[in-house]
Amino acid sequence: MASGHSNYTPSNGLTRWLDERLPIIRFANDNLLSFPTPKNLNYWYTFGAILFYCLVIQIVTGIVLAMHFVPNSALAFSSVEYIMRDVNYGWMLRYMHMNGASFFFIAVYVHMSRGLYYGSYKAPREILWILGVIIYLLMMATGFLGYTLPWSQMSLWGANVITNLLGAVLGQDFTQWLWGGFSVDNPTLQRFFSLHYLLPFVILGVSVLHVWALHHVGNNNPTGIDPKGPQDTVPLMPYYTAKYYFVITLFTIAFAVFVFFAPNLLGHADHYVEGNPLKTPTHIAPEWFLGAFYAMLRAIDFNLILDSKILGVLVMLGAIGILFIVPWLDTSRVRSANYRPVYWWCFWIFCADFAMLSWVGLQPAGTVLVQMGVAADGSPTGLNVTHLAQIGTLYYFAFFLVIMPLLGLFETPRTLPESIAQSVLKRGGAGTPAGAAAAPETRI
Amino acid sequence: MSAASHDDVSRRDFLYVFSGAAAGVGVAVTAWPFIDQMNPSAAVQALAATEVDLTPIQDGQQITVMWQGKPTWVRKRTQAEIDEVRAMPDSELKDPEADQDRVKKPEWLVVIGICTHLGCIPNRDNSKQPGGYLCACHGSVYDASGRILHGPAPANLPVPPYQFVSDTLIRIG
Repeated sequence: MASGHSNYTPSNGLTRWLDERLPIIRFANDNLLSFPTPKNLNYWYTFGAILFYCLVIQIVTGIVLAMHFVPNSALAFSSVEYIMRDVNYGWMLRYMHMNGASFFFIAVYVHMSRGLYYGSYKAPREILWILGVIIYLLMMATGFLGYTLPWSQMSLWGANVITNLLGAVLGQDFTQWLWGGFSVDNPTLQRFFSLHYLLPFVILGVSVLHVWALHHVGNNNPTGIDPKGPQDTVPLMPYYTAKYYFVITLFTIAFAVFVFFAPNLLGHADHYVEGNPLKTPTHIAPEWFLGAFYAMLRAIDFNLILDSKILGVLVMLGAIGILFIVPWLDTSRVRSANYRPVYWWCFWIFCADFAMLSWVGLQPAGTVLVQMGVAADGSPTGLNVTHLAQIGTLYYFAFFLVIMPLLGLFETPRTLPESIAQSVLKRGGAGTPAGAAAAPETRI
Repeated sequence: MSAASHDDVSRRDFLYVFSGAAAGVGVAVTAWPFIDQMNPSAAVQALAATEVDLTPIQDGQQITVMWQGKPTWVRKRTQAEIDEVRAMPDSELKDPEADQDRVKKPEWLVVIGICTHLGCIPNRDNSKQPGGYLCACHGSVYDASGRILHGPAPANLPVPPYQFVSDTLIRIG
């Protein structure tokens, strides 16, 4: 859309001189100012901008935290406490970084759900979607690595569980290579710190590719039909930049509420106990944003051809990996769920399912929710979180592997509007109403 | 370039293949140190074997020592506990192994106390198995021989290499 349609004209000798040598102003103009954007984008389409804002918050707070943090197993925990107590505004910077990660994931889940709802992964946006999945994977890796750095009980044992997960599939030699020893110890912490510092910049790089792909094919929109001409689009500046400023302000207010009034609401008390390799906390919980995948791992408590341990890991990795092939699993040619009555329900059930799995993943293993009896040893039995996790995992995979391919063949979509402009006008938006006078200024 | 003869072409092909191969080997050789630096260093590998004095350990008591950074249990089992694990039928075991093969002396159990599921440390807990262990993370249950009974863990708690230096001293490693 944007490529090859530059409307930039250098205004003076200096910018003309620069434009012939490095057309950077032209680039910014074409991509940030005059970029033609469908005129019907709603607020769900502002989360890409919010995500960039989150990345900036994480990189800036992270860089300054690294000026005080010590990546050494003997000192890491106390250096975090030092940041909290002694460093000027250290508490605020760390709470911003901690909650920033959570808000980053809230935003990315909204952003991805938006893509699933409006079919934004369908041709020609497959690469755009895949780059997004890669960013999501990198975010999860970065979030996990960051969680280990304070070297608390949660850090240490979270690192243990996750590295052993990879070891279950890749073997003991791999785990020792990853640890740099025979257990999670100082070498592990130092390399995790190095990688935690590196990955955000990799995320930034892939995000540039993501936006490049977006600006090459253009935005999808709530109708899912392509813009047919200038009447269907508006320039990014000021129409959507104004919208971005507004939602980023709201987002910042919500963020500030957490940072200043509930900084540990999303955390865990054991994150403030120094790591002890001799004592596992009674209950290891991942960060909430990894809860769904952790629930799927724990859902597999039975052998099925493969051993339950390897199967659990494969199911968990498969749950992420399956996102890569979503563009080819969905057989419907209609993009937007607004015009797909059955998919609409399946999508919202999927969102509820993912939320339930995220919650289940944070509960202690085997917690009984609805008691139906008593076991021989006196402990209650009945519907427990593992059953919920199994049901949730089943739907998660069924959504992608059964519903998406089959709905395209059996569902009757609603009639699509003729154009974006028409769909906007139908909703009583701007434009000339049918009954309005042709020339009101002459009518006295 | 003058008219290319057959000889010129084959010499050029040789150069392509040779320089490509040299670059490939060069990249691999250069990459190896960057990969291998992550493996356990000499200092980590030099961790000495751990010696454990058994005299203070009472009947039924268990102590935890560190061996290669891993919590390792040394437990003096009571006769009742020994009888129970030795009477356990194979059908109850997920990873069948005789208790006799897991200990050097019946009363002394030496195992690495790391759950074979995902690396948590199980606790002594009688609620699921008398004299056994329960991993709080994902609910694996082990018996008083460190053998997996139920739960997601696939294997028994590993027995580290150790020997009795004397009746009251063992060396692990």
